Amino acid sequence: MSVLSTPAGVARAAVLDLSAPAARLRRERLFQAALMTATLIALAVMLTLLFDVLSDGLGRIRSEFFTNYTSRRAEDTGIRTGLTGSLSLMALVAGMAFPIGVGAGIYLEIFAPNNRFTRFMQINIANLAGVPSVVYGLLSAAMFVYIAGFGRTLITGALALTLLILPVIIVASREAIRAVPPSIFNGALALGATPWQATSKQVLPVAMPGILTGTILALSRAVGETAPILVAGAVFSRRADNEPWNLLEPFGALPVQVYDFIKRPQAEFQIETAAAGIIVMLTVLLTMNASAIILRNRYARKR
Amino acid sequence: MPTLMPVVPPAADLSLAPRSARLGERAILVVLWLFAAVSIATTISIVFVLVEEGLQFFTQVSILEFFTDTAWRPFGDATSEAFRIGVLPLVSGTLLVAVIALLVAVPLGLASAAYLSEYASPRVRGVLKPALEVLAGIPTVVLGYFALTLVTPAIRTIFSPESISIFNALSAGLVVGVMVIPTVASLSEDALSAVPDGLRAASYGMGATKSVTIRRVLFPAALSGIVSAIILAMGRAIGETMIVAIAAGNLPTLTINPGSQIQTMTGYIVQAVGGEASRGSLTYNSIFAVGILLFLMTFALNILANVIVRRFREAYE
Repeated sequence: MSVLSTPAGVARAAVLDLSAPAARLRRERLFQAALMTATLIALAVMLTLLFDVLSDGLGRIRSEFFTNYTSRRAEDTGIRTGLTGSLSLMALVAGMAFPIGVGAGIYLEIFAPNNRFTRFMQINIANLAGVPSVVYGLLSAAMFVYIAGFGRTLITGALALTLLILPVIIVASREAIRAVPPSIFNGALALGATPWQATSKQVLPVAMPGILTGTILALSRAVGETAPILVAGAVFSRRADNEPWNLLEPFGALPVQVYDFIKRPQAEFQIETAAAGIIVMLTVLLTMNASAIILRNRYARKR
Repeated sequence: MPTLMPVVPPAADLSLAPRSARLGERAILVVLWLFAAVSIATTISIVFVLVEEGLQFFTQVSILEFFTDTAWRPFGDATSEAFRIGVLPLVSGTLLVAVIALLVAVPLGLASAAYLSEYASPRVRGVLKPALEVLAGIPTVVLGYFALTLVTPAIRTIFSPESISIFNALSAGLVVGVMVIPTVASLSEDALSAVPDGLRAASYGMGATKSVTIRRVLFPAALSGIVSAIILAMGRAIGETMIVAIAAGNLPTLTINPGSQIQTMTGYIVQAVGGEASRGSLTYNSIFAVGILLFLMTFALNILANVIVRRFREAYE
């Protein structure tokens, strides 16, 4: 019985005990090898991509590449606008999406009555996560640029990205809150805490590592998104710095800058400068993901 | 369903608390409710904006022509000879890319799912699963760069530069396929892992080998989950924007030739917005008309995937 309980044991038993003919055994091995190869193909593609980007772009990475604005000449071009734009967007999106997303998660997981409207909210959030990101761009292009009158500005881009990643943060918050043992909440109530006190003082601190990890991963998705802010009016080459407090200024972003480089006809832009921009962008994403992991570990140790 | 919910005492029990604290609780609850309602407001806004800006398009052109004409050039003056508003080329371009993508993603994704769920040791899985998540996290503009600068030159050398244009559906489709592999793989793996071990043991007991068990027992048992994973992947492929905007071209073409330049619905949205069409112009409204179609297609696919999972799930025990 114990042999049969693990898949590996089952496989060994199936292969050995049946004393399968050599041809059958070979077929089995072939099947397993084919599955493994197929799995590795996706990863090989990814490694090829990384190697290609590094070999094309590393030569362009110099300090001027970070401090220069875009230029008509590839060797003078930098990604300053994209970098400051992406950092500003990140700050604004984090400031809006975190409280709203976590608040919505708390409501749905702890306070929402089990009725039709709540179920509708949940289905709606699941469906929003499946809406193509370019549609959020269309929403912003009409709603924030024209109807709200913000124009093609930083706040428009930040709102587009906020709405885009809100479902992700809500789902992550709910999962983190659900993982907290109900006894913590109940114990607080039994000691006389109000439901909100029990939530904010007991449940949230325990759930916070999970919530933060989910939020940072969602933010890193926002940093890499091109379509929504492109449609919402991000600019390629404005010769200025974006600052998070200049809400009504035109804005750039790293992915949009990369898109602009790729779209230019000259090979120096299309291949090398674009690759350099991609390296910077992937480094930002890597830093965010790494900090998500570090943050989670630090919180986990404290508890 | 909220798990903590039933333990919240009914309102009557809380009346022991001081009145001021109860008021504060109330206010916080209202704020939290408002935050949760943002998602509903988002949906309403999306529908409102698409209908408001998109339907104006159909007050000026015929909806029949939109769905039957075979050329898409909604630029300039509606009375000019060149002005055509048949959305079919955009739809065919979108579907062509999506089909190529699925031809890549379904076999590779299912193979990965089977390998991860049935063969891989915990240690191997611990490496491969995060790696697939990293692949899913690569920005699509990077994948577009990959399609244009690496995949396109490669397939133009393999076939011939005459049969494959610089911008083509094949290259974009292949890379979109790579992009959705993690979607297919991780959802299908969940479905395979959810099949009870009793079915595996029974299959081995009947003398089936592992590969036979996977193909004849596990895949059929997990079919609802696998099909819904494929449908969700198709929705993502249809909605993907940057890869096709970079690698597939800007020429709406009614064709099934993967080597030719095409334009997808999402590609048109990006191109036309970049042209800075002023609000209220026919071109501007056409962007939203295409947006309505895109939204409805992906929405229908999402609903379909949900229905399949719920309705056809094999229930065990």
